[in-house]
Amino acid sequence: MAMMSIAEALREGIREEMRRDERVFCIGEDIGIEGGFGGAFTVTLNLSEEFGHERIIDTPISEIALSGMAIGAAVAGMRPIADVQYGDFLFCMMDQLVNEAPKLRYMSGGQVSVPMVMRAPVGSTRRGAQHAQCLEGFFTHVPGLKVVAPSTAYDAKGLLKSAVRDGNPVLIFEHKLLYGAKGSRIEKGALSPIGEVPEEEYLVPIGKGIVRRNGTAATLVAIHRMLYTSLSAADRLAEKGVEVEVIDPRSLVPLDKELIFESLRKTGRLVIVEEDNLTNGWGAEVAALAADEVFEYLDAPIKRVASPDVPPPFAPILEAEYLPNENKVIAAVESIL
Amino acid sequence: MPEKEIKKEGLLDLYYRMVLIRRFEERVNELYMQGLIPSTLHLYIGQEAVAVGVCADLKDSDYLLSTHRPHGHAIAKGVDIKDIMAELYGKATGCCKGKGGSMHVGNMKVGMLPAIAIVGGNVPIAAGCALAQKMQKDGGVTVCFSGDGASNEGAWHESLNAAAIYDLPVVFITENNLYAASTPFHLTFKIESVADRSCAYGLPGVVVDGNDVLAVHEAASKAIVRARKGEGPTLLECKTYRQCGHSRSDPRGYRTREEEQEWLKKDPIPRFEVWLKQNGKADEEELTELREHVEREIDAAIEFAESSPLPEPADVYTDVFME
Repeated sequence: MAMMSIAEALREGIREEMRRDERVFCIGEDIGIEGGFGGAFTVTLNLSEEFGHERIIDTPISEIALSGMAIGAAVAGMRPIADVQYGDFLFCMMDQLVNEAPKLRYMSGGQVSVPMVMRAPVGSTRRGAQHAQCLEGFFTHVPGLKVVAPSTAYDAKGLLKSAVRDGNPVLIFEHKLLYGAKGSRIEKGALSPIGEVPEEEYLVPIGKGIVRRNGTAATLVAIHRMLYTSLSAADRLAEKGVEVEVIDPRSLVPLDKELIFESLRKTGRLVIVEEDNLTNGWGAEVAALAADEVFEYLDAPIKRVASPDVPPPFAPILEAEYLPNENKVIAAVESIL
Repeated sequence: MPEKEIKKEGLLDLYYRMVLIRRFEERVNELYMQGLIPSTLHLYIGQEAVAVGVCADLKDSDYLLSTHRPHGHAIAKGVDIKDIMAELYGKATGCCKGKGGSMHVGNMKVGMLPAIAIVGGNVPIAAGCALAQKMQKDGGVTVCFSGDGASNEGAWHESLNAAAIYDLPVVFITENNLYAASTPFHLTFKIESVADRSCAYGLPGVVVDGNDVLAVHEAASKAIVRARKGEGPTLLECKTYRQCGHSRSDPRGYRTREEEQEWLKKDPIPRFEVWLKQNGKADEEELTELREHVEREIDAAIEFAESSPLPEPADVYTDVFME
């Protein structure tokens, strides 16, 4: 077992897949320039030394071209891993991600496949409104896209490797404060969880969630930074004698809803914690599914803890108000006990 | 007309393919008027020399990216007209099993991706196909059709720049038919030719008479050879005219009948007929025989489409994800 940050685990996952399969390549902005960043959060740092610029392809600042090229290359038999500097920039390539990648297979009657990976950093990190958004809810709505959101080094590597081998477009959302980027790219206030990553080959299947903490009083569902917020809140609740279960779905499409339902049959109470703003987020879908399919097991209203419906603010005091935190999670749990 | 060295069979095949596209579109339009085709149509009538001239030198392993006006491109690339017709009818035997429709016809067996009906949306994907071909070192080439309107999309500009910097084996064809839907070319361009933009990205820009199939073929062949040799992309603008309206709901109130009459004099098919006869390449009897063959082929395609089964309602759920 090696101890790694998420950025390091992703880098190792990419390296292994590129060594395993010559069809795999990386494409993005500032990902392989010598003396550059290795991607905005260092994930592809130094990979061009091993694989050259033919397989670590730096593009112009052209999000439509880079996404469309990844899609076209995927249709033509390659396995691109595309990289966008900040998730917010996905909106610049929305036609490619919504009209093209997820529809080509369907509208061709199954003739083509688009085995493309798109990695996108999300999360509010004192950069103001346009480098901060959590975008999962936009893309979980699109038929034909898979959406994953790893929160540990183990899952980041295992899910990335599964995504590369998947025959479909897969969006990987990664949280800026979880990468563990070092040197000049270090993030203020980062959590940077270091985790065990096996030396040997492994995959984390897309569509399988995991229970991060066992409990019976309520079920918390969270990803990314909010997973760690929820786990901290769970520790504090435990001090008061309230043991909550914490579930990390890891994949949002497909969603391991059975894992959540199984927990709800035990706890009867559901709190969803997401960093995205409240309305129509992925948490709303989890709430709707629970109300629809395990209503009879629910003993209390479903609660969502999310950011308010405002753009992400800059000033630290405003950002602190905007983001969900342990106190808000604890209050939500206590309101339904 | 310029003449590249093409044998007689090749010349007659160019003629045959142009007539096949023309008559396919005319017959499809009649079927639409009879209420037999459930979608709108964007007809390719008038532009046949572009698709046929460009595709003559392509192999099945080369890729073609098309637009919302794709029937001509599909036929020129070798998609069976039975499969296209059945698709227009929304039948299970269509080239996309009835899930695509007129604007998304394609067949990967002959290198035609499902046509992309978002203006400009196909251009970056073409660059991606060409990137794959470059990485796979198989000598393959990608051809991307788009209209004059598409060259005002950001996607077009980003893609031409990217294709140029990586020397990708792609040929960008601009079919300048003078109208982006109803908007005339001169209202949205301050320049004479779309090809003038090539200098901004460092790739050759070529303008050709898009109603002259031999001129198109010669220019496209050069661009395709250049791409196959790894020398990079070309922007080839074919000046042509959309004889019909933009779609089936367009009475063409934005242009004069006189202008249309002027362009009909430059219709690519009669022009090529005259050339074939004047140069002793074909006589009327041979051409008539080809035209009759085209009618029989279209009859068979309609028969195939009409007798084919509809998709099952449950088919709506399949082909979303690759298992």
